[in-house]
Amino acid sequence: MSRGIRGGEARYGWAFVAPAILIIGVFLVLPIFLALFVSFSDWNGRGSPLANADLVGGANYSKILLEDGLAQRNFATAIRNNLYYVIAVVPLQTALAMFLAVQVNRRLLRARGFFRTAFYFPSVTSSIAITTIFLFLFTGSGAVNAFLAWFGAEGPNWFAEPAGLMHGILGAFGVGNAGPIAAGGPLGLTWWEWLAGPSSALSVLIIMAIFTTSGTFMLLFLAALQNVGSEIEEAAMVDGANSLRTFFSVTLPMLKPTLFTVLTLGLIGTWQVFDQVYLIGDGKPGKTTLMPAYLAYLSSFEGLKWGQGAAISFVLFGIIVAMTLVQRWVLRDRDLGSAGVRRERRFVRQLNRDAAAASAKTAGVSR
Amino acid sequence: MSKKIWAGAAIAAASALVLAGCAGGGGSGDGGGDSRDLTILIGTSGDAETAAVEAAADTWAADNDATVEVVVASDLNQQLSQGFAGDDAPDLFYMGWDQFSTYASNGYLEPYAADLPNAGDFYPALADTFTYDGTFTCAPKDFSTLGLIINTDLWTAAGLTDADIPTDWDSLEAAATALTNDTTVGLAFGLEYARIGVFMNQAGGTLLDGDTVAADSPENLEGLEYVQKLHDAGVLKFPSEIDAGWGGEALGAGKAAMVIEGPWIKGIQGDFPDTNYAAYELPAGPGGKSTFTFTNCWGIPADSPTKDAAVELVEYLTGDDQQLAFADAFGVIPSTESAAASYAEKYPENASFVAGNDYAVSPVNFAGSADAVADFNAQLEGLSGGDAKAILASFQQELQAAYDESQG
Repeated sequence: MSRGIRGGEARYGWAFVAPAILIIGVFLVLPIFLALFVSFSDWNGRGSPLANADLVGGANYSKILLEDGLAQRNFATAIRNNLYYVIAVVPLQTALAMFLAVQVNRRLLRARGFFRTAFYFPSVTSSIAITTIFLFLFTGSGAVNAFLAWFGAEGPNWFAEPAGLMHGILGAFGVGNAGPIAAGGPLGLTWWEWLAGPSSALSVLIIMAIFTTSGTFMLLFLAALQNVGSEIEEAAMVDGANSLRTFFSVTLPMLKPTLFTVLTLGLIGTWQVFDQVYLIGDGKPGKTTLMPAYLAYLSSFEGLKWGQGAAISFVLFGIIVAMTLVQRWVLRDRDLGSAGVRRERRFVRQLNRDAAAASAKTAGVSR
Repeated sequence: MSKKIWAGAAIAAASALVLAGCAGGGGSGDGGGDSRDLTILIGTSGDAETAAVEAAADTWAADNDATVEVVVASDLNQQLSQGFAGDDAPDLFYMGWDQFSTYASNGYLEPYAADLPNAGDFYPALADTFTYDGTFTCAPKDFSTLGLIINTDLWTAAGLTDADIPTDWDSLEAAATALTNDTTVGLAFGLEYARIGVFMNQAGGTLLDGDTVAADSPENLEGLEYVQKLHDAGVLKFPSEIDAGWGGEALGAGKAAMVIEGPWIKGIQGDFPDTNYAAYELPAGPGGKSTFTFTNCWGIPADSPTKDAAVELVEYLTGDDQQLAFADAFGVIPSTESAAASYAEKYPENASFVAGNDYAVSPVNFAGSADAVADFNAQLEGLSGGDAKAILASFQQELQAAYDESQG
């Protein structure tokens, strides 16, 4: 078999990637499989799990997903909190990041470099440091409440009130913890508990996440914006599009790949939130800042239920994968689709009518 | 031919890396065969405690042909878990009362305490705390009880005298009412089982009555309702409501005139050197006197190769002389009755904490109870204006489930 002049290159290729494969294998792939093994075992944290644990089937998963009890309710509470967190943070941080990117990309803006640095700054600061500052800002007599007091508003004791935001809103409409809403919902929480909404403490974490991460994503959008040539925008302007129309019909579609990246990174990051929650501790107040990643840590390191902790991590992994797939499907590159085809047909008909009218006019004049 | 060389090289590189990885994970600490090199992992309250433990360990090591390294943990539970998982647990470590049964039930701890020569000298309540499955497992290091700490300046300013020192719930409420004004609240303590539980016990309640979980008893309800009543009247506030991290801070800053804390209240002298305070026993409730005792023990990992040396060291560290030296250095109360008695004489300002231990009980603690208590703590956040009965009912349910599970 003749190999040709490039025959030996595959070997060199393997030789060069071997260190990377090994490192990833030893420090990433193997631990993931080990964790998967632990999630199906009764390992109690003594010695190596391979030698000191028995497989218990899906017992750990059933404990957090199926069996009525504290483990299930804690898990459900954590998922609920994180869900509100994701729903609030991901769209807002993406929108803010895009807005900031468009602003600092404008040629007319003075001191662009300063603004770019300033907006990016929270991203490079340690999240522990920022959380600590926010904890101070939002204490009962902190700067935020002092600021609110100028306007005669009395701020809540942000990190001490366990009441959910939505409970307050529902209460204003006369909906209370009664009737079908008080009945049991999924995972052992009542619908009323599912509908609690973020507590004031969780809201602060949401504000903080938007504040810190929008700078990072601004940078991604900025890089993408700089690839959009100015001639395209000029062409849009010549066609008579105003700036809003230019943004939504020209710029935004061209940013779609970046938008996908930002949303994916945002989803993953928000489902894995840990530092801030760890610093507040115990999910205070009233478990309203309990998150799955922190619950996995608590179950493992404090409760020594390592299998349960690993199971929580893998359910979280599944949620992240599922959400990313959904998001990919929503943002998929599609052909016009039925609505688009209809719109196109309508447009073509309109054009034809206009052309017919114009030619009729011309005919009239020439006659 | 050349193919074989490549394959050989790849395998060699792979195994070298894997082996290097293994060596990095396994190595240090447990000392292998040499069983007199000890590592102690402590969660310290400050430099004074670290220095005192180091000095004691060095003295023992010099006399006993051993070496001892004291490691200060930044997060004791996490570092312990990590050590056990890596087969690299410290040879001796602080074990908190709240984690004890979780560790003991998972077979982490060497049950050595019953065989100590001074096993009978410890307070029975403390020995009980560290008894798992009928075996006195690890030796209590020291203990703290809760007392009523009064800011004496605010006390006299409010026109109160020694005769007004609260001895029962009514006089506590009267004193708290007298001490409450625009800037100061009469009474403050953390909104958690470790504080509110004493009121439940003072009402005659208990969480575990023999083998029966009795969290939803009328006595416990009476305790919670008393706390609710004080809070509704505005004479009791929880530290978070008055911008304090804990009771001691509220007391030191003058935001609260009375708090319920333990001997660690001494720690506020650094931040608030001008605050004068005195400690008294907690007032009695309708069910009599009651307080909580909190304690740590010296844990030794099960099947440790350094067990013998570690036990000798514990014997030294829990001896009366050494415990009194610790008391001098950082204010803890010795865990043996004889040493605690000399401590009470030497430090009359802390005598009430020692006296409290005669009737103190340990907070509920069996394998798995920690989660139920954590849930109770979370529910307590809704106590003011909430339904105390519902909170206890849910606590009863969780505690019962945890208890059933711990009994197998």
